[in-house]
Amino acid sequence: MGDSTEGRVYGYLTHGEVRFLDAATERLIPTDELGPGAKAAGVSVYIDRHLQSEWGTHGRQYRSGPWQEGTPQQGYQSRLTPQEMYRAAIRETDLHCTAKYGKNFDALTGEQQDEVLTAMEHDKLDLPSVSSRVFFDLLWRNTEEGFFADPIYGGNQGNVGWKLVGFPGVSSSNYRELLGNKDVYRAEPVSILDIKNGKVPVDGQGFPKHIPIKPV
Amino acid sequence: MTTPTKLKPVDAVVVGSGVVGSIICMELANAGLKVLCLERGRSAETQKDFVMPYVQDELKFDRHSDIFQNLSRETITFRNNMSETALPMRELGSFKPGEIVGGTALHWGCNARRQLPYDFDIRSRLEGRFGKKYFPEDCTSQDWGVTYEDVEPYYDQFEYIYGVGGVSGNLEGKILPGGNPHEGARSRDYPNPPTKRTPQGELFAKACEQLGYHPFQGPAAAMTRDYMNLYKNFLGECARGGFCSSHACSQGAKANPLTAVIPALMKQPTFEMRPLCNVIKILKDSTGKKATGVVYVDARGRQFEQPAEMVVLATYCFNNTRLLLLSGIGQPYDPVSNTGVVGRNYSYQTGGRVEGFFDDKEFNPFIGGGMVNTSIDDLNGDVLHSQPRDFVGSAYIAVSTAGATPIKSKPVPHGTPRWGGAWKKAVAQNYRRAFSLGIHGSCMSYRGHYLDLDPTYKDSNGLPLLRMTFDWHQNEQKMLHFMNEKVSEIAKAMKPSSYHARAPYTKYSIVPYQSTHNMGGAAMGADPKTSVVNKYMQSWDVPNVFVVGGSAFPQNGAQGPTETIGMLACWAADGIKEVYLKKPGQPMV
Repeated sequence: MGDSTEGRVYGYLTHGEVRFLDAATERLIPTDELGPGAKAAGVSVYIDRHLQSEWGTHGRQYRSGPWQEGTPQQGYQSRLTPQEMYRAAIRETDLHCTAKYGKNFDALTGEQQDEVLTAMEHDKLDLPSVSSRVFFDLLWRNTEEGFFADPIYGGNQGNVGWKLVGFPGVSSSNYRELLGNKDVYRAEPVSILDIKNGKVPVDGQGFPKHIPIKPV
Repeated sequence: MTTPTKLKPVDAVVVGSGVVGSIICMELANAGLKVLCLERGRSAETQKDFVMPYVQDELKFDRHSDIFQNLSRETITFRNNMSETALPMRELGSFKPGEIVGGTALHWGCNARRQLPYDFDIRSRLEGRFGKKYFPEDCTSQDWGVTYEDVEPYYDQFEYIYGVGGVSGNLEGKILPGGNPHEGARSRDYPNPPTKRTPQGELFAKACEQLGYHPFQGPAAAMTRDYMNLYKNFLGECARGGFCSSHACSQGAKANPLTAVIPALMKQPTFEMRPLCNVIKILKDSTGKKATGVVYVDARGRQFEQPAEMVVLATYCFNNTRLLLLSGIGQPYDPVSNTGVVGRNYSYQTGGRVEGFFDDKEFNPFIGGGMVNTSIDDLNGDVLHSQPRDFVGSAYIAVSTAGATPIKSKPVPHGTPRWGGAWKKAVAQNYRRAFSLGIHGSCMSYRGHYLDLDPTYKDSNGLPLLRMTFDWHQNEQKMLHFMNEKVSEIAKAMKPSSYHARAPYTKYSIVPYQSTHNMGGAAMGADPKTSVVNKYMQSWDVPNVFVVGGSAFPQNGAQGPTETIGMLACWAADGIKEVYLKKPGQPMV
């Protein structure tokens, strides 16, 4: 079983992995005056659940060898599934951080964390089991997903990603009439989760009723 | 391997139930033939499988949906050139073939443009105009073996099946205002009116008019009103809720096999659909000149031999080509000696874009879908190649409002960091203030770009995977540089705060999504030395085998292939009914 950290329950990730991911994703999408960052959005919860999905074990991916790293144009060629890659890469990055800074990644200063992440992004960090660029690309992709996907997947909690950009989520039934309209349309975002939790009523065709946001 | 169980014969086996298979089945069953469709994917119904609000799930449909091909059983291998070792495409990225009843068209974007007359005879037309050296030396692009005039009635037929909405620009030779003046003459108006113009489309249209171009609302196959189609299937008006391209539609508004064809097809007494049945081989008799049926594997892993008087391959470009190679039909292409045909003429779609940003304007980019777009064809076809260029090919330019979903649609100005606080600010600032001018470009075929069987990797049945060898050619890169300049002029005339052209890709990568427009491998044509099928889509080698679909494109035009693929289905079905069945088993050319 996984970890329980700050009231959140994890099925795959361990306590140390959650601390790593909370710290790393928060550098990628930080909390600022515009609103919550990745940690508050629950990106690590999203990653945990995503790793337990069919994708996390590459259930629908081609899994036969022989294995070669290939060129960047040939895409994902690791023998490791995403589950295995997260586990190996987090452990090996923490070992690097301990050797270089004397601390695990999550205990570094923000500047040091950015230094490590930037090195990974440009494949400058030499990890034994996985290309650091491949892991960074995976982490960044999953972070964006966790911040902007529907909250049914555990991230984007409180629709914070959608509020940030002004995306209303599940569409309302009046879009057809609004299509050619120059007026700016603003509404409180509605997620599939909101609808399934009964927080937002829907019409006969399943479209939610949007609550308009008045311009500031 | 066990001996397959032999089943009762049928008149026609159709492999695949997508945009091509569904129409061919319908037309042949209508003609009284006993038709069996074998589909490797599961069955689906719009009302049960694609319901609100679950269809509005970007994460699922952007990457993980079970309507896409399950690569754990079968994928392709890929390399940029012949000196590399091809490796399996382990996850979907650049394109998303389907694996379901209804096929890849279940998640198409509804772009329903006809090719231009120019596209069908591009080789002879441009060589006639500019000489033999106009095409790059290694270019294998060629005429289709049919002209636009030959196939126009079948475009018309497809448009009345798929309920295409648009405004005619050339009706029986008469140029009409508001339409595309550069299109080929159409015999009849569209069945449905055009999409509404968005504010972004309006800005684009004005800028185009200033520059002397001719903007129009691009044709779309998401209903612009309630519509009863040619097969008496009802399609409802599109709600413009976004979540369209790569998504299935919950509204029955997107014309696709499940909405436009299959409900009527299932009522045909001489038709049967068998889902979860994967055809692995076409069987031939001892002469090798006649197909006797197919072998397929069902969901339980049992093998069956299905005898048939004729076989129609109607699958995605890759699978049509692979089944021919696995069955020994047609000579495999050898790029070294430049001989053989099966796997030759592989091409893709050249994409580019210019993005612009307004500080003082906001849009509603999430409203749309169903291919709402304002376009120009002034940089396409004959208009562009009325004077010599240093490249072959062209593009249409469009502002599309597909419904911007936030995982993938977050344009930011040039120079924005990839992550961190500055990235977050730029995303928040620009999601609603951006516009994108899409460059939808043609892709020629070349000697070194081809499909064959991989020497190493196998599918779950132990059969070789298809291998793709492809890269961006200098010709397409030159074309994109030219388009970037021209389209930047349009962007500038829209008076945004900033704009930039995306740099053309230097190498083709299988990772980022580009388009599900993989073409060729079983080209149609007039010469058996350079084509797999004749103009009726009939195999030159085995006359009771027809190979229909994207595989038949000798190269890819700018317009987007689906409308032409649908047209080819109507054309091939008509040829089978009107010509082939009068002398079955005989070459039609």
